Amino acid sequence: MIFVTVGHELGFDRLIEAVDKYAKTHPEITFFAQVGSLNETSYIPQHIGHSEFVTPAKFESLFENADLIVAHAGMGSIITALTRQRPLLIMPRRGHLMETRNDHQVATAARFRSREGVFVADDETVFSDVLDEVLDIIGNTKLKKTSEFADTSLISAIRNFIHND
Amino acid sequence: MKAKEMVKKKVLAVSSAGGHWVQLRRLRLAWVNDCNVTYVTTKEEYRDEVFKDPEIVTTDDVRFVTIVAANRWQKLKLIWQLMSIAWLILKIRPDVVISTGAAAGYFALRLGKMMGARTIWVDSIANAEVMSLSGQRVEKYADLWLTQWEHLSSASENGPQYKGAVV
Repeated sequence: MIFVTVGHELGFDRLIEAVDKYAKTHPEITFFAQVGSLNETSYIPQHIGHSEFVTPAKFESLFENADLIVAHAGMGSIITALTRQRPLLIMPRRGHLMETRNDHQVATAARFRSREGVFVADDETVFSDVLDEVLDIIGNTKLKKTSEFADTSLISAIRNFIHND
Repeated sequence: MKAKEMVKKKVLAVSSAGGHWVQLRRLRLAWVNDCNVTYVTTKEEYRDEVFKDPEIVTTDDVRFVTIVAANRWQKLKLIWQLMSIAWLILKIRPDVVISTGAAAGYFALRLGKMMGARTIWVDSIANAEVMSLSGQRVEKYADLWLTQWEHLSSASENGPQYKGAVV
């Protein structure tokens, strides 16, 4: 099962449409997508199960059962995939398309693409090719566990600041 | 032990929902159990993970409060959010205010500073090329002003400091 998530707020039509097209030609793969707030102009997927939002419990179980996570390049999705040891394919939202306020997700994607288990599709035109490659690779990789917590140095700095006034 | 040391520090930990919240929670070892913490965020659904946290010994020192979500284009909601935060700060009188963003955190640091709290800003790791807008604007009100990217940090006292990242 592939779990698709666009984060807790806005929809992300380019990604959902790319996934929907892929699902149409790959009926053997099960997809479920959390698509964000829909409006009159939103793309409505035809070939994948979807809902606007899911409860934290449902989110956990989808993550748990997913072979791959497909997401926008948001930090919540990235951190969750890393800590749950799930391979992740991200596509950045773009500022000029009004998908978010600026191109910070492009920078995030660039910074995280070197992490083990994180793959990037720069846009919808390359999405299906990248997804093909990723599905080929992930069967053979065992991901390392990422800590539930921030770097010890950062936690110490904050702890010291709190206690040393 | 002096009486003063026996009183737990009061920490107000503030963030909007989503990635900012996930990052704030990853810092919690800095305050769990030896501080009295109030989490302030914009999604009620996070309550469970706060109180079912295996790291906490007792829930007596943990509070969870939700405020209205607002982005920078929603003026009325922003005002409502600001007033809720002001009320919480007046009520709680935190010793320390910490935030990972965004608007709610900016308000909390400014108001906290006004009320004599010490303040920490941890700019979101999503801002790899330039500090977030709230992060830039909060500079004057942050006693500890942190970026999670070493290349954005400054060697001088004035710029953002780098102490590590949430992931």
